[in-house]
Amino acid sequence: MKMVGQREPNVLPGFGITLGFTTFFLCAIVLLPLSALVLKAGGMDWERFVAVITSARSLASYRLSFGASLLAATINMVFGFALAWTLVRYDFPGRKFIDAIIDMPFALPTAVSGIALTAVFAGNGWIGQFLEPLGIKVAYTWIGITVALTLIGMPFVVRTVQPAIQEVQRDLEDAAETLGAGRFYVFRRIIIPTVLPALLTGFTLAFARAVGEYGSVIFISGNLPMKTEITPYLIVIRLEEFDYAAAAALGVVMLSISFVMLLAINLLQVWGRKRLMVSR
Amino acid sequence: MAGPATSEAIAAEIASRPGHTNRRSTLVRWMLIGVSLTFLGALLAAPLFAVFVMALEKGWSAYFSSFADPDTRAAIRLTLTTAAVVVPLNTIFGITAAWCIAKFEFRGKSMLITLIDLPLAVSPVVSGLVYVLLFGANGWFGAWLQEHEISIVYALPGIILATMFVTFPYVARELIPLMQQLGNDEEEAAITLGAGGWFTFFRVTLPRIRWGLVYGVILCNARAMGEFGAVSVVSGNIRGLTTTMPLHIEILYNEYNYVGAFAVASLLSMLAVVTLIIKTLVERSGYRRR
Repeated sequence: MKMVGQREPNVLPGFGITLGFTTFFLCAIVLLPLSALVLKAGGMDWERFVAVITSARSLASYRLSFGASLLAATINMVFGFALAWTLVRYDFPGRKFIDAIIDMPFALPTAVSGIALTAVFAGNGWIGQFLEPLGIKVAYTWIGITVALTLIGMPFVVRTVQPAIQEVQRDLEDAAETLGAGRFYVFRRIIIPTVLPALLTGFTLAFARAVGEYGSVIFISGNLPMKTEITPYLIVIRLEEFDYAAAAALGVVMLSISFVMLLAINLLQVWGRKRLMVSR
Repeated sequence: MAGPATSEAIAAEIASRPGHTNRRSTLVRWMLIGVSLTFLGALLAAPLFAVFVMALEKGWSAYFSSFADPDTRAAIRLTLTTAAVVVPLNTIFGITAAWCIAKFEFRGKSMLITLIDLPLAVSPVVSGLVYVLLFGANGWFGAWLQEHEISIVYALPGIILATMFVTFPYVARELIPLMQQLGNDEEEAAITLGAGGWFTFFRVTLPRIRWGLVYGVILCNARAMGEFGAVSVVSGNIRGLTTTMPLHIEILYNEYNYVGAFAVASLLSMLAVVTLIIKTLVERSGYRRR
């Protein structure tokens, strides 16, 4: 760990120039464009702004984006935990291979996963053909959107939970079992408390990614207004209608959600670190 | 607890001891492995496999002839061009940012780190939208750009800018924690012994951060070549001119040219596989993410 306290005067060169370059680049590529968005939306008159962001179509899109993202992040919390647990605790043939392909959704372009998922889950697809007779339509419904959002959020949960499971002290588990605790009790009182901050961080990261996701969703969603239209897609529609102000207003809504998510993630990480310190 | 009386009871007691696998824990183990693999199989393996099956549906010759299409070639070229500009720029930025953040103490540092990570939290569509608002016909600089006949949006510069935005943090966030952990001692020793700044960087710092750098660069590259949402908003989708590979997939797919769409998708899937292989090799070499 890095020590905090008095430091020797730094002899390394390049502070001014690297800080200057970093700040300049950051401002030019990230901050200036983002402020253009906020100012564009701020330039609208208030009533029109409210009318745009609370129109029935916008509200329906938030409901879908949020609902599907929440559901996907929850599914990932359950299956992501199972996956992380399997990878950390069990040894089975192909474990290293599975561990490596967990990151696939990070590396796979979203358009590719979008058309591939649609092909698999369409009524005549490999998996869709078995679900259709059961009355479950996946492609072009909110279920398909949830499937796509689950795929892109999966590595976030697995990769944050994995190190946390490695932290669980096995001697503590063994001690508890020696004292007569059942497996479920150990799970509830030892494993879950240790893993909880990571699990919630992973959940939030997956949710944050899912809310803004575009590429993998639009192919499988069908994009029916009021039904299967996510908020990012609605922004694209407004842009195509050259209604820049409305697009900017919806963009500001999305951006605010991003900021709230960032804050939540940072708070969760601070909380997790504190808990780890206490437990040692 | 009554003492074990029979040998069966003794065996049962031993089996229930911690660390001892009994039938129930074996069952739980195989159930968890089964559930995990089914989940991954349906969500990840099946779609990935489907890309190649769909691409080869009409045979190898149809597969290869889809790359003869001039628009497809133009899309591949555009994607390569974009990555060739964006990845080096973001690499230089990442190294510079990591140097000033990891090597020096200053006020507002954690704020700076948060701002560098910001693009990761922003929706790709919003990342594209901001450039349209800035450089589009009705944007801040729109009139001025039109006067000077410079096109940024719906042209290559816009695609490059939007791609830079979304891949902005990749190298920096890999290098910052790595360089913070390595500390300043070796660089300070080099400088004190009279080495110049560049010499110190190339001979002392770079060899120690190289795996982290490779890691950040390949992930940056994968995202740069595969970005869809942000580029889609700024590109205007002019076929053969401003369509990158992911956008070209969309066009072909919407025209029901599935072999063509999945053929381009198969190239990007191979890129993803290669990225993961390099990433795994880097991790094998002892590099650990922080």
